[in-house]
Amino acid sequence: MSAYVLTDSWTMTRRELAHWARQPVQVVVSLVFPVMLLLMFGYLIGGGRAVEGAYVDYLVPGMLALTMAFGLEGTMLAVTQDLNKGVIDRFRSMPMADEAVLVGRSAADMLQSAIGLVVLIGVGLALGWRPQGGGGGFLGAVGLLLLFRFAMLWVGIQLALVAGRPEMVQAVQILVWPVGFLSNALATPAAMPGWLGAVVQWNPMSQTATAVRELFGGPGGEPGHVWAAVVWPLVLLAVFFPLAVRRFRGLGR
Amino acid sequence: MADMAISVEGAHKTYGGKKAKDVKKALDGLDLRVVRGTVHGVLGPNGAGKTTLVRVLATLLRPDSGRVEVAGYDVVTEARAVRFRIGLLGQHAALDEELGGRQNLEMFARLHHLGARHARVRADELLERFDLGDTGRKPVRAYSGGMRRRLDLAASLVTDPEILFLDEPTTGLDPRGRAEVWSAVRSLVGGGTTVLLTTQYLEEADQLAGRISVVDRGRVIADGTPDELKSRTGGDRIDVVLRDAGQLGAAVALLPVPESGVSVDVDRRLLSAPVTDRMTALSGVVRALEEAGIDAEDVALRRPTLDEVFLHLTGAGEVAA
Ligand SMILES: Nc1ncnc2c1ncn2[C@@H]1O[C@H](COP(=O)(O)OP(=O)(O)OP(=O)(O)O)[C@@H](O)[C@H]1O
Ligand SMILES: [Mg+2]
Repeated sequence: MSAYVLTDSWTMTRRELAHWARQPVQVVVSLVFPVMLLLMFGYLIGGGRAVEGAYVDYLVPGMLALTMAFGLEGTMLAVTQDLNKGVIDRFRSMPMADEAVLVGRSAADMLQSAIGLVVLIGVGLALGWRPQGGGGGFLGAVGLLLLFRFAMLWVGIQLALVAGRPEMVQAVQILVWPVGFLSNALATPAAMPGWLGAVVQWNPMSQTATAVRELFGGPGGEPGHVWAAVVWPLVLLAVFFPLAVRRFRGLGR
Repeated sequence: MADMAISVEGAHKTYGGKKAKDVKKALDGLDLRVVRGTVHGVLGPNGAGKTTLVRVLATLLRPDSGRVEVAGYDVVTEARAVRFRIGLLGQHAALDEELGGRQNLEMFARLHHLGARHARVRADELLERFDLGDTGRKPVRAYSGGMRRRLDLAASLVTDPEILFLDEPTTGLDPRGRAEVWSAVRSLVGGGTTVLLTTQYLEEADQLAGRISVVDRGRVIADGTPDELKSRTGGDRIDVVLRDAGQLGAAVALLPVPESGVSVDVDRRLLSAPVTDRMTALSGVVRALEEAGIDAEDVALRRPTLDEVFLHLTGAGEVAA
């Protein structure tokens, strides 16, 4: 580990922020997309799910978790695009901390996700969603969502490093959607056929969604899921973080 | 060894592909030594392995085998130490295309740990020096090829590297851009920098490089000073320019070499052939032309150009294969 991990990571984070400043439209679009999904499910499709209480109280936490999961795509796309740019050669030929490129990416993506959460929570509140879990529960839920996003982020980086080319990202994108929807984000497993319900229960995303619902004090929350929503992302991180850093260091082998 | 900036022994690099037909030997036992403070030209046709060599030297690519040292450090086991001492101008721009020129230079200076204020000062200096001062916030994406190349060169000089790699630095530049890069290289060498430069322009190697290695199929097939290379292949040549292009055919037969050894340039009404004995050849050709009644505008002896050396060397490689 280089002594400059923090400085270099900050420089790389600034690079991403400078990109935002030059592409404000892109940033806005990425924030608006989950809002659109929420409105779509809330108004067009919503209502008929087998959930007690207002569907919006079930849906909003689910959408928050789903948005965190879909963040994986954005990360993957950004990393593959970066890897195929010449500038990576310059970074790799300089005495900077190797992992700074990845850490900078993850810092910027986390910031974007945090902003995305704030926007989505705001829209949720406007739609009539009322979290009941108190301030501690609220913060805990946001923490779990960001932890889940952080795990997805490193999964995304590793997938991008393995895939290598932007074309391959499409293949993964197609897979992310069923994984995202094969969860309890939008509908409760009770309303699904048995085998599907089982798959959905085991999806790490469902763990986060259930735990978050519990902390927000809404329908669909079950006690005892918080630990799973902490452990699952940590397991993913323990596997994918070192893999990604190693893979990045080994580029050009 | 201490005076060697670069030392490569038996470097091999094969590009992947699981099937045998996809395997490509880019470096095939390449040897190279570059003395500190000199400009070394690496000359080779497309696909010779020049870029692969530069990427191995710049720690971007691991050689499969062989020993590669830059500034006395092993590029594989001591990559970090190497990275502190090198600058790289790759064949393709290594810049953040979305950002502006100043943003790029400041970012690279920060990543070289110059500190925020120092990085700004350094970026300004380089922008000034490479005539990029008034590009404003324009992203690099919108730069002309020449501006981009100059910025890329500036980026590779952020810390005044000990050793600078330039991979085809002037490909795609107009004559003015080329002259600018050349003068930048000359001034660097004046300051003690070692430069390894790949090129397909023989004139460039001739102008800048003290020594040249000719690379083909991943090996060095000849090296030496430009003069040594010129005299090693074919020795002197005789050029004959006629007044009437119609007489070229008749004149070819008068030269003291087999017809296959004579190159004919109809547009310039020029015949050119290698000679062994300078004076005998000169007087012999003049006399023979006179006797045959062929009017010559010019008859001259000269050394071969690097182009001829290059074609001779790489062409010979093709015949052998
Ligand atoms: N990433 C790669 N994968 C597979 N083969 C490659 C790769 N890069 C280069 N090659 C092959 O290796 C050989 C050497 O390539 P290299 O780019 O080093 O040549 P070069 O001398 O720089 O050529 P040019 O003058 O065209 O830039 C070529 O045959 C090329 O096709
Ligand atoms: Mg090349």
